Amino acid sequence: MTKILNLISLWILPVIILGVLTCGIAKKVQIYEEFTKGAKGGFQVAVRIIPYLVAIIVAISMLRASGAIELTAQLLAPILAKFNIPADTLPLMIVRSLSGSGALGIFSDIANTAGPDAYSTRLAAIMLGSSETTFYVLAVYFGAVGITKMRHALWVGLLADFIGIVAAISVCNLMFA
Amino acid sequence: MNYIFYFLIAISIIIGAINGKLQDVVNSIMTGAELSVKVAISLIGIMAFWLGIMEIAKKSGGIDFIAKLIKPITKHLFNEIPQDSPAIGDIAMNFTANAFGLGNAATPFGIKAMEELQEVNKDKTTASNSMCLFLGMNTAGFQLVPTTVLAILIGIGYKNPTEIIAPTLLVTTIAFVSAIILAKTFQKFNKIKEVQDDKNS
Repeated sequence: MTKILNLISLWILPVIILGVLTCGIAKKVQIYEEFTKGAKGGFQVAVRIIPYLVAIIVAISMLRASGAIELTAQLLAPILAKFNIPADTLPLMIVRSLSGSGALGIFSDIANTAGPDAYSTRLAAIMLGSSETTFYVLAVYFGAVGITKMRHALWVGLLADFIGIVAAISVCNLMFA
Repeated sequence: MNYIFYFLIAISIIIGAINGKLQDVVNSIMTGAELSVKVAISLIGIMAFWLGIMEIAKKSGGIDFIAKLIKPITKHLFNEIPQDSPAIGDIAMNFTANAFGLGNAATPFGIKAMEELQEVNKDKTTASNSMCLFLGMNTAGFQLVPTTVLAILIGIGYKNPTEIIAPTLLVTTIAFVSAIILAKTFQKFNKIKEVQDDKNS
């Protein structure tokens, strides 16, 4: 199953690229001209999202540097202990919505300290594998089109993240506890 | 977002001061700002490439073809945008790329989709229902195989790393479906507010 999925992951982009180009040639589209026309947009988009990225990434870097995440983890630890959730996975639950590289760092840390057979490692793996950096996604996509009033998008993202955490804990408990 | 932005920064400074880490907090402004520009700059090349490919796909009718394929699903989810909108094709491409863990390719498709959604959006600074739904689905991070996580597990000598694929898929599906339900529920409440705002203005 994994092999098939890995194979698809490897082949999907080459197939799309070749398919698009072949289709273009067959339909007599000026593919070189159209490619460069579209590619021009790349620079503008990247520049356009910079202010939004600076706002989000700086605020989150400050939060991580302040030690607030460790403090929250300490405060929540007794509650988690009641549900049999290992305390070392807590920083990951908080960081995974905020910072992709941060979450990856915490996960490697858990995996290396707790070891391959630990429950923490499995729980952390499921939590990280099933999540996306909500704040980054919102900053990039809304930033690219200049939206500043996000309405309910942020709450949907954060609530879905929370549901994901609860689901990860429950599923991991059922399968590996 | 105003409150969250304020909250993140105010908390950082206050907690940082209490923890005696104020210097780190100040330094992180510099590193964070630098990182943001690095992230944006690193997007330029790959973004240009995929936007180029998509321009060809659009001209040759490829995007329309994909849009037609997934119409039965998007008709219900994105019922507020015209069904012949190119956004549908871009949204489909974005989810395909995400599902296969190709984040680099997914971002340009997603941004293109947002631009198309913005075309049919009435208020250009406020997110439309479709945008909130699309981003809600994106933040749930639906992915078939968590490749990075697997790589780390293999690295530490995890005996049977593939055993986490099924539970991860189950969890990400739950989060994904929740995001759709949440977005659809929230938009009902927000709609009432919008009408009131219209009356006020």
